[in-house]
Amino acid sequence: MTAVESRPDTTPGVVAKISTFTSRHASVLPTFAAVAILICLLVGAELYFGNFLTPRNMSALLLDNAYLMILAVGMTFVIVTAGIDLSVGSVMAFTGIFGASLLASGVPAWIVVPAMLVAGALIGLLIGVLVQHFDVQPFIASLAGLFLARGLAFVVSLASIRVEDTSLLWLQSTRIRLGDWYVTPTGIIAILTVVVGAVVMHKTRFGRTVYAVGGSEQSARLMGLKVARAKVMVYVISGLCGGLAGLVLTAYSGAGYPRNGIGTELDVIAAVVIGGTLLTGGRGYVLGSMIGVFVYGTIKTIISFMGAEQSWTHIIVGALLLLFIVVQRAIVARSERGS
Amino acid sequence: MTTDTDVPALVEMRGITIAFPGVLALDGVDFFLRPGEVHSLMGENGAGKSTLIKALTGVYTIDSGTISIAGERRSFESTADAQQAGISTVYQEVNLCTNLSVGENVMLGHEPSGTFGIDWKGVHEAARGHLTSLGLDLDTRSSLQSHSIAIQQLVAIARAMVLDAKVLILDEPTSSLDRGEVEQLFAVIRDLKDKGVAILFVSHFLDQVYEISDRITVLRNGALVGEHLVEDLPRDALVTEMIGRELSDLAALSSVADREIDRSGDPVLRARGLGRKGVLDPADIDAFEGEVVGIAGLLGSGRTELVRLLYGADRADSGTIEIDGQAAKIHSPRQAMAHRMALSSENRRAEGVVADLTVAENMILGLQAQRGWLKPVPKAERDQIVGEYMDALGVRPADPDVPIGNLSGGNQQKVLIARWLATQPELLILDEPTRGIDVGAKADIQRKVAELSAKGLSVIFISSELEEVLRIAQRVVVMRDRRRVGELDSSAVDLDGLIDYIAHAEEGSVSR
Repeated sequence: MTAVESRPDTTPGVVAKISTFTSRHASVLPTFAAVAILICLLVGAELYFGNFLTPRNMSALLLDNAYLMILAVGMTFVIVTAGIDLSVGSVMAFTGIFGASLLASGVPAWIVVPAMLVAGALIGLLIGVLVQHFDVQPFIASLAGLFLARGLAFVVSLASIRVEDTSLLWLQSTRIRLGDWYVTPTGIIAILTVVVGAVVMHKTRFGRTVYAVGGSEQSARLMGLKVARAKVMVYVISGLCGGLAGLVLTAYSGAGYPRNGIGTELDVIAAVVIGGTLLTGGRGYVLGSMIGVFVYGTIKTIISFMGAEQSWTHIIVGALLLLFIVVQRAIVARSERGS
Repeated sequence: MTTDTDVPALVEMRGITIAFPGVLALDGVDFFLRPGEVHSLMGENGAGKSTLIKALTGVYTIDSGTISIAGERRSFESTADAQQAGISTVYQEVNLCTNLSVGENVMLGHEPSGTFGIDWKGVHEAARGHLTSLGLDLDTRSSLQSHSIAIQQLVAIARAMVLDAKVLILDEPTSSLDRGEVEQLFAVIRDLKDKGVAILFVSHFLDQVYEISDRITVLRNGALVGEHLVEDLPRDALVTEMIGRELSDLAALSSVADREIDRSGDPVLRARGLGRKGVLDPADIDAFEGEVVGIAGLLGSGRTELVRLLYGADRADSGTIEIDGQAAKIHSPRQAMAHRMALSSENRRAEGVVADLTVAENMILGLQAQRGWLKPVPKAERDQIVGEYMDALGVRPADPDVPIGNLSGGNQQKVLIARWLATQPELLILDEPTRGIDVGAKADIQRKVAELSAKGLSVIFISSELEEVLRIAQRVVVMRDRRRVGELDSSAVDLDGLIDYIAHAEEGSVSR
């Protein structure tokens, strides 16, 4: 029988390479755009301020945004399935105040830390079960999670609770130095979360199921993949990341505070989208979300260097977000036309 | 290669019965599938084809009957169960993930793993192997989206091969393919057949069924009509088996088909070369004042596609439309309504009734849309219109304030027709207005159509029931395989003639 040829790369030379590349990696393009923007921001800021790209500044960029990065990893899983998780900021606040109050009442850290993670994962599980088994819109289910977690945080304490426990504070106070560069254990936790998240997404059947569900849930089901499990699990992972972020933020600020992270879920979603993850699901990278967080953090740092109002951060991030969504829309429209 | 009946069947389905609330979807159907054969399952909509397939693939559980695979009794709880037993299905809409690569789509859920999770090199090598065995040379790392639907269809078959399928079910695989792509697919099917795979093929395209099948099983109204070797079943016999002959009190309805139509002036509607690539080959149709034009053809022959293009529900990419002799641009249903056209969709549930609104609200919807939302129809006028049409069409129960969802299909259909009559159209298009409704309501609707056309309304009438079309249309446009194959004067042809024409007519041999 005759061989059927359908190679997109029949044109010779460079054109062929580009067309092979785009047919294989079209979904990476928004992430590349995010990398380009990050480089422009960093170089632009260095040229403007002259003392921006210092090891100290760059180290702070990671450490100040560690909790955001952890939340962004969980959010990437959820958004790739075409879901959304609005609860993450509240979950972070709740697990933070919950942990701080346990420590204050003398419970040892080796119990408190797992308890914080489990608390976050349980709220995620609740949202996941609502979404998968009760067919509730992810927006509504996670909104319920947001109110629940925020309410629980205020139930634990109305005021902030200082953390005296040395092993928890160690996470932030230890500085591992390499020349002028430094990193704390909280920063390492953030980086590790990104690495583990990326490996799970790319190298496990669960991760591939997450992408398949985002591409077409019905197809994934008919292919015999474990769709229900994957859809619940992404919210559990997001909740778990919420708990981990609560831990990191508590160590970072030295206290639990029930008003922490109000509106943070939106910052996280913005960072994930800027990092190239499509809100319609099926496309996105954990590493891209890390880039998105860096873009967000860099803008914030630039604003504070300029001494301007921090509300400008929101205006600029908003504008970037708009730009990215339009670009993504164009890419999706093009690839739909192309097929 | 023709299989003989002595080869033991790989799949034996006996006495399969599935009942849904109020409907017996399958009534004691037997179906046998032998290795190395292509077996087509034929039947009109609602005949039970997809129910039978879903029983075999574990989507539905059967109420009674037995399924044996290779002599072993099986009962499937899920698609995964059926896949385990070697039954794979490729659906009409390709059920793959276009956001992933070709190779990943082939191997998803069956990826080889190394020490650090999925071994991507292994995935692509294995995928390439499966694709090559189907004669496909693809870049497995390219995104599935960058390939045509035909290639995606073949990738879906390659995926079925990964599961080592003994039985391959192809449900309408060719509906969005062009001729060359169908050839590719058929080459693959023949190759698999020679390897001993049992293939269940479903298509509405008669030519393709005759080209690829060894055997045909016909279902009608949930019951088995017959199983035949393809060479023992001429086309007109197949069409007769699929459609059946209905001798009911409908025949008592006096024929209006012989009424003389004055075709000297400009027609109410004249379309020339109306088509859309991949949907419908360019087709002509006219409708004169007071005329009922029937459109006949099997499901999927392009009947619905043609009227959707006329009405602007889908956009035509070729052809012209004239209304009363004036060129008209119709790009949306709104524009069609402005030209006094009305279309009642074949899909009553999705494109017709608004189930939670009352009968009166549903009936007034078309008129309200025509007038614009800022000018509510006054209550007095509304009551008068609703009352008038409830009476005229005999809607039961005669209460305008019940939710339409509570009415039977036939009465819902009457309300929908009333909805469009209230807009006072000059051309009424009815797509399958009598499908799935009881005989009494059928007769009411046919009588009303005859009565309205006698008063000067032009009607385009689509129905799978050919007797019905012949009874009320003066002229019948015949469609097959997404093209218009001809036109008949209904007083000059009987049912057998029409069936013969649907099965055999070629373009150019148009008789009038």
